[in-house]
Amino acid sequence: MNESSEVRNVMVVVRKAPHGTIYVQEALEVMLIVAAYSMNISVVFLDDGVYALKKGQDTSELGSKPFMSAFRALVDWEIEHVYVDRDALKNRGINENELTEIGEDENTGEPVHPQVLSHKEIYKLMQEQHTILSF
Amino acid sequence: MLHIINKSPFMNSALEDCMGYLGSEDIVLLIEDGVYAAAAGTVKSGLIEKLLEQNEVYALQADIKARGLEQLIKKVKITDYEGFVDLIEQHTPQSWL
Repeated sequence: MNESSEVRNVMVVVRKAPHGTIYVQEALEVMLIVAAYSMNISVVFLDDGVYALKKGQDTSELGSKPFMSAFRALVDWEIEHVYVDRDALKNRGINENELTEIGEDENTGEPVHPQVLSHKEIYKLMQEQHTILSF
Repeated sequence: MLHIINKSPFMNSALEDCMGYLGSEDIVLLIEDGVYAAAAGTVKSGLIEKLLEQNEVYALQADIKARGLEQLIKKVKITDYEGFVDLIEQHTPQSWL
């Protein structure tokens, strides 16, 4: 397949809702670790995973760590390829404008948004990966 | 009886399973990821809408707030932790884990 010296394509797939289990927090940690190794990382939110990017989450009354704020700064960690499944949003009645931005463009200062893609487009991206890590 | 649901209706059948064992006086309480079932305008909203024809449905406020849910199905009652305790005192709880 590919030479080990090549930059690896690594995809993190998030399918769980953010607060009911620890999966999304674990996924976030893995994203940051993979990015720190300068691998070509992409992150995909499918199924209940799309809830992780919903604006307006306030866990103050749960007493849990507000880890969602890290998703608003993914670009700072050089995690720029962030994708969201269109059908998952539609099935949950979530509009694209209800999703958090993932950071700011370092040149323009404009907010960077996750990209909403179809199943087919996401499947194509999956085929380009060396490694897929699922949560 | 108080039926407690803590799983998302999109990824787990607990809510639908529970609906097969529901008496007319029974109450359904949505907590944790179960509160996603109370969101309006989703492909699963019909489950709670159907339940509400006969039964009372409560959802825990702290869990709704944590998940950023704003548009809830009308007639779903919002309760806090004190109300949660009251419901458990008044009814026999059954958790659909």
